[in-house]
Amino acid sequence: MARVAQAREAGDPDVLVSSIPYARFLGVTAALDAGQLLGKLSFTPRLIGNPVMPALHGGTVGALLEMTAMLTVLWQVPGVGVPKVINLTIDYLRPAAAEDVLARGTVTKQGRRVVNVFAQAWQRDPSRPIASANAHFLIEPLQDGAADRTG
Amino acid sequence: MSPDSLDQPPGSAADQRLELMRQIATEGIPHNRELGLELLDVQGRGCSMRLPYREDLVGNPVTGVLAGGVVTALLDAACGMAVMVVLESPAAVATLDLRIDYLRPATARKSLLARADCYRITQHVAFARAVAYNDDPDDPVASAAGAFMLTRGAGRRR
Repeated sequence: MARVAQAREAGDPDVLVSSIPYARFLGVTAALDAGQLLGKLSFTPRLIGNPVMPALHGGTVGALLEMTAMLTVLWQVPGVGVPKVINLTIDYLRPAAAEDVLARGTVTKQGRRVVNVFAQAWQRDPSRPIASANAHFLIEPLQDGAADRTG
Repeated sequence: MSPDSLDQPPGSAADQRLELMRQIATEGIPHNRELGLELLDVQGRGCSMRLPYREDLVGNPVTGVLAGGVVTALLDAACGMAVMVVLESPAAVATLDLRIDYLRPATARKSLLARADCYRITQHVAFARAVAYNDDPDDPVASAAGAFMLTRGAGRRR
């Protein structure tokens, strides 16, 4: 929670992302690009799924989309704690080349408890996404006091 | 018997099939190896996998719970593997889409298991389901369903 506040104060989502071990393992970072949150998966050979093509593992692109979607909620919806993912549907549109991947999310519906986010991932050309995802997150306003423990 | 089979290690056909699938699952797919994914067993139309707990795969170092993206990777890998089991070959299998429902928080500092079932194969598309769980597959952490594109004529007319 302190990390979320720190990141918001610094205006740098990567302060939060860099504290997530799995993000470090994958090579996921986040930055603000003209005020909008941009997720990035930096290529390393450990991300490869199909070595023949070569193509990135679908799970790595899925993870980038999920993290970017979560960060988008955190960044766009003021005063919430870390959103909890309810579900995620990933569409794999094109093979992911052995290169960096970028991703961006859009909040399509912000409810009181549930936020619906659409996210897209691309490599060289943003108009030719390699994958997209729709996710629902559960949020709780930080002012509400005791954390919701029903999971 | 072909000359190749004379060089096979002793064991049943089922053992050899498991060993072949294991090689595909880990050596053939680098990221699976990086995650530490293990193929435990293959069954008629599916497989079981295990992702050992590791601190560098965690979402929140305070809670020690594996990150959501790791569950995604495990379920994607398990479903893909189930399709290959049914195809009886390491044919090119590309995920079309994958839907994951997160049902309960994973247990901290515990390995994750997955069971996947490829329940339909057509000429071009295969369909698979999987669950990820810590202790009880009937009380899973997450549930997934996916559609997979089959290439190189690997599919079947049914």
